Amino acid sequence: MTIAQKKIGPTLLKVDNISLSFGGVKALTDISFEIREHEILAIIGPNGAGKSSMLNCINGFYHPQQGTITFRGEARKQMRPHEAASHGIARTFQNIALFKGMSTLDNIMTGRLLKMKAGLLSSAIYKGPAEREQIQHREYCEKIIDFLEIQAIRKVPVGRLPYGLQKRVELARALAAEPTLLLLDEPMAGMNLEEKQDMCRFILDVNDEFGTTICLIEHDMGVVMDISDRVVVLDYGRKIGDGAPEDVKNNQAVIDAYLGVQH
Amino acid sequence: MFYRESGQYKTSYRADQAIFTIPQDRVFFALLMLAAFVGIPLVATNYIYTALLIPFLCLALAALGLNILTGYCGQLSLGTSAFMGVGAVAAWNLATRVPDLNILVVFALAGLVTAAVGMFFGLPSLRIKGFYLAVATLAAQFFLPWLFVKISWFTNHAASGVITAPQLTLFGWSIDTPMEKYLFALGVVTLLALAAKNLVRSNPGRQWMAIRDMDIAAEIIGIRPVVAKLTAFAVSSFFIGIAGALYLFVYLGSAEPDGFTITMSFQVLFMIIIGGLGSILGSFLGAFFILLVPIFLTRVPPMLGFDLSTALVSHLEFMVFGALIVIFLIVEPHGLARLWQITKEKLRIWPFPY
Repeated sequence: MTIAQKKIGPTLLKVDNISLSFGGVKALTDISFEIREHEILAIIGPNGAGKSSMLNCINGFYHPQQGTITFRGEARKQMRPHEAASHGIARTFQNIALFKGMSTLDNIMTGRLLKMKAGLLSSAIYKGPAEREQIQHREYCEKIIDFLEIQAIRKVPVGRLPYGLQKRVELARALAAEPTLLLLDEPMAGMNLEEKQDMCRFILDVNDEFGTTICLIEHDMGVVMDISDRVVVLDYGRKIGDGAPEDVKNNQAVIDAYLGVQH
Repeated sequence: MFYRESGQYKTSYRADQAIFTIPQDRVFFALLMLAAFVGIPLVATNYIYTALLIPFLCLALAALGLNILTGYCGQLSLGTSAFMGVGAVAAWNLATRVPDLNILVVFALAGLVTAAVGMFFGLPSLRIKGFYLAVATLAAQFFLPWLFVKISWFTNHAASGVITAPQLTLFGWSIDTPMEKYLFALGVVTLLALAAKNLVRSNPGRQWMAIRDMDIAAEIIGIRPVVAKLTAFAVSSFFIGIAGALYLFVYLGSAEPDGFTITMSFQVLFMIIIGGLGSILGSFLGAFFILLVPIFLTRVPPMLGFDLSTALVSHLEFMVFGALIVIFLIVEPHGLARLWQITKEKLRIWPFPY
């Protein structure tokens, strides 16, 4: 891997002093970090550290009580998830959130809905503009299907697919929106070694070929150290480390958080 | 043996996205349409038109509308019959107050009025789901028929409160006999079914299904739940409204506006449960099945020599319906449409299954 050659651009998304609490429980306290263009940023931390909450804040699912998030130079306090989507933020979920009754292809086409324009009337007539649009976007979705090697399951309802493939379809659905920033919540959870290797390859390829900025949460330290450009470490809702993988690995606070400290 | 896909290669996305991708299906459907438009008028009697075919078409259209809302978008509704009433009353008012209006325009406007009413009663769906939403739609079921009786403007201050459909004329073709009425209804239903199929296989359908399967993920993809749910209510009510207008103009002839009761709402709901939730074909199969069972029960036992009293037959009907719904929910929750699909899958390898 030639991480050194990668062109990492300026800041794409900046998180400033985010604090989020549910009633008395403080999920996130005063978190600041930034995601730069074209990089792969990993967020790690023990269970309950607030990693998923952080992603939920970024794509507008949770509304933090304090702090701002600046995406492409545009600061915002609150945003609805569909607004985040239209700004180019896509994500996958820790426990798969696919549309189980629809086929793989339909799931991916649904991921592309934001790019499609046909309304009720032209869709009802179908012939003409709506059909042309469907075919045009189908071509892009087929590219993603080829890219992620899921041609064989195109027409299969996703509810019938095994876990590893469902994870892949979810990635495909997120990619269909051509996102600028892709948030992956534990893309490799529950996979065996081969599936993890495949998924790593796909993530690196997405980053490389589509130039997509990726922010991922992962527990497998081997994977995190191998594929990420930078790592942010959270513990009990606070940021305890931020930097290149090697620096984070040797950071005493991080080692303490993972291995425990003698009191 | 006859139903095989092997050797049939699709070379364009257009061919792959067609409604019927396999020539056998296309031939079958063409034959079915030929039978419906030409074959049935050659053989059917007035009894078959008025007792089976015309109500079948009206209720199949209503089932189609409800299926869009419940089967595709996952929003349970018990107000179907009331919305049919809205369609019927709206169409009647338009046709009697503006006598020169083309009947197709009347039906389309009645559908739009119902769509607006449906969207209004769909507003609670933005906050509540499932059974709670069903109870909220019950409000429509009780409120709307009451309104039509209470405010006599809706029935043009008729003393009896009965509305009688005016003479149907389409571009100079006066629709009088049951056969003509059947053909008119068949034309309307065929067109709308095609529109529904097109809707569910393109953007709006995908939005609805996404909301049905996982609303959180749908929102994160960029689908606005407000838009998706309200369009589902609007389109569904549009179909149901036209079904109601057909029901009055073509089937009943005259009706009391408070005759659109909750019994019919349940009947339409049973149609889509038995026919298949989330299937256009299922709406038709379910409607046919539900209408055929009572006719079957009244006609067949006498033929076999059993002399059943009418009271017993109507009780039997309830029992058979109840049993069938329970059986369907347990054995094949996806209904008759799914059975048809399984049959087709079996046929692909028949007679040499491996």
